[in-house]
Amino acid sequence: MKFQSQSVAKPYFIAAIALFVGQIIFGLVMGLQYVIGDFLFPAIPFNVARMVHTNLLIIWLLFGFMGSAYYLIPEESETELFSPKLAIALFWIFLAAAVLTVIGYLAVPYATLAHITGNDYLPTMGREFLEMPTITKVGVVIVCLGFLFNICMTVLKGRKTAISMIMIMGQVGLAVFFLFSFYNPENLILDKIFWWWVVHLWVEGVWELIMGSILAFVLIKTTGVDREIIEKWLYMIIAMALITGILGTGHHYFWIGTPEYWQIIGSVFSAMEPIPFFMMTLFAFNMVNQRRREHPNKVAVLWALGTAVMAFLGAGVWGFLHTLAPVNYFTHGTQITAAHGHMAFFGAYVMIVLTMISYSMPLMRGRAAANSKKAQTVEMWSFWLMTVSMVFITLFLTGAGILQIYLQRMGDNPESFMVVQQKIEIFYWLREAAGVMFFIGLLTYVTSFFVKGDEAKA
Amino acid sequence: MIKTASKIPLPGDLAMWVLILAELSVFALLFITYAVSRQLNPELFFNGQQLLHPIAGSLITIALLSASFFVAQSVNFYHQVKPRLAAASMWLAILCGLVYLVIKNWEYQQLIEQGIGLSTDSFFTYYYLLTIFHMFHVILGLGLLTYVAINLMKENWREGNILESISSYWHMVDLVWLILFPLLYLVH
Repeated sequence: MKFQSQSVAKPYFIAAIALFVGQIIFGLVMGLQYVIGDFLFPAIPFNVARMVHTNLLIIWLLFGFMGSAYYLIPEESETELFSPKLAIALFWIFLAAAVLTVIGYLAVPYATLAHITGNDYLPTMGREFLEMPTITKVGVVIVCLGFLFNICMTVLKGRKTAISMIMIMGQVGLAVFFLFSFYNPENLILDKIFWWWVVHLWVEGVWELIMGSILAFVLIKTTGVDREIIEKWLYMIIAMALITGILGTGHHYFWIGTPEYWQIIGSVFSAMEPIPFFMMTLFAFNMVNQRRREHPNKVAVLWALGTAVMAFLGAGVWGFLHTLAPVNYFTHGTQITAAHGHMAFFGAYVMIVLTMISYSMPLMRGRAAANSKKAQTVEMWSFWLMTVSMVFITLFLTGAGILQIYLQRMGDNPESFMVVQQKIEIFYWLREAAGVMFFIGLLTYVTSFFVKGDEAKA
Repeated sequence: MIKTASKIPLPGDLAMWVLILAELSVFALLFITYAVSRQLNPELFFNGQQLLHPIAGSLITIALLSASFFVAQSVNFYHQVKPRLAAASMWLAILCGLVYLVIKNWEYQQLIEQGIGLSTDSFFTYYYLLTIFHMFHVILGLGLLTYVAINLMKENWREGNILESISSYWHMVDLVWLILFPLLYLVH
C-alpha cells in the first residue's frame, strides 16, 4: 500500500462481502420459493425476498465500487486521499441506510414502509430494483456527492491518469443516472423509458467504465506491462462500450408502447454490445501473456482473467441470445432474462469487485504483496466453486427459459404461466442445488481471509 | 508463383482502424436488417423509393466523393511538406461536406412538407434512421476535418498520424454513403 489513506477502502470491502452473503441467503430463500411457494410465508413473501436479493446486490456492488475508487484513486494520483474522515463518515451513513432499509423491507409490509418513510411527498417507490424508500435514495445521493467530491479533490491535487479519469467518468455517470430514480411520471411508458436510464445505462454504460478502469489498474499492477499499452486498450474498450451501450438502451423499448423504430435501433446497437466485453477478454489475456513480472498474488490475476471471460459470456453472449427484436418477441421476461441477469452481474460486476478486493486486501492488511500460498489456494477454490456454480445456475435457468417459451408462447396450444411453471420445476430444483454450491463457494471465500501462513513469493 | 503481400504501413492509428471496423459493422447490421425488411415487404419499399430524389442523392454522392478527393490530396500535400496547399485542400473538403448537409436538409424538408416522417412506414423508418445516423457521422467528420484544417494552417504542425487517422475516418463515412445511396435510392 503506497498511501495510508487507501486503507479507507477496507471497511467498504468488508461491508460489501457481508452484504454479499446476505444477498445469497435471500437468493436461496427465493430459489426455494420458486418450487415451494409458501416457504417462510408470511414472514418473508416471495416479492420481499426478491427485493432484498436484488437490492442487496446493487448496494454491495456500490460499496465495492466506492471502496475500489478509494483504493485506486490515491495510488493513481500519487497523493493521499483528500479526506479519509469524510470517506469513513460516509461509509457509516451508507451502511446505516442500507441496513435500516433492509430491516424496513423485512419488518413491515411494503405499503406501510412507503407510508412511514413519506413516499407520499415524493413518490419514487414500487419500481423494480429501485424499491428503496425515497429517503434512502436521498441518502444514496448525499453519499455519492460526498464520495465524488472526495475523489475529485484527490485527483485535482495529484497526477491525472487515464485510469483515474475513466473511473471518475464512470462514478459521475453512476450518480447522474441514479437521479432518474426520482423521476416518476404518471404515464407508465414514460416511467419505463426513464427507469431504464437508471438500470440499463448503469450496467451497460457507466459501470463498464468502472469495470474497465479497475481491470486496467489491477493488470498494470500485476503484470508490469507499460501504462501506454494498457491505456490504449482501455480507451478503445470504453469507446466501444459507450458507442454500443447508449443506443443499445433501445433493446428495452421493444414491447412497452414506444415507436417501432426502437426495434431496429435496439437490435443493431445492442447486437454490438458483446464487442467491448470481447475486447476486455483479449485485453486481459494479452496483458497477462506479455507480463514482465511474476506477481506473487496469483489469485488476483485469476480473478482478473475470470471476470473478463465471465463478463463476455454472461453479458455478451447471454445478452446477445435474446437481444434481437424478433427473438425477444418470444423471450421477453422469461427465465432467459433471469439466466442472463445472473451470469452478467456475477461475471462483470461481482467478479471485478472481487478482483479488486483480492488484489488490495492483502496490502491493506499489511502484507508486502500477497496472501500466503495456503490462503490463495483456498481463495482459488472459492473462485472455481462460485464460477462453476454460476455457470450451472445460468444453464439451468436457460433450460427453464427455453422450455417456458416453447410451452407458453409457441405452438398451437400455448399453456398458461402457472401450468408451465409446474412443468419446468425440475430446472428450478437443479438451479437451487447449484445455488447451494455457490453459497458453499462464498463461505469458502470468506474463510480464505482467515487462513494464515507465510507470505507467498513470486 | 505466389507473391507475398508487400508491407504497406497502416495509414493512421491502429485504434482508428478498430473504430472504423466497428462503425462498418454497425452499418452492415443496419443494411442487413434493411434487406430483410425489404424482402418481406417489397411493394412498400418500392413505393417509398419513388418519393425520393435520385438527383439529390447523386449530387450528394458527387459532393462526398469530391470531399474525399480533397482530403486525400491534403494528405499528399502534407507529406510533400506543402502545408498551405494541404490546408487549402482540407478547407475545400469541408466545403464539399457542407454542400452535402445543405442538400440532405433540403431533402428532409421536402419529405416533411409532404407529411412523411420517421413513423410513416417501415421504409421511411429505415430511410431516416440510416441517413440521419450517417449524417451524424458526417457532422462529426466535418468537426474533425476542421480541427485538422486549422492545425494545418500552422506552418510547423507535424502530426501525420492524426491527419491520416482522421482522413481514414472520413473515407469510411464516404464509403458508407456509397452503399447507402444505391440501397435506398436506386435498387428496385
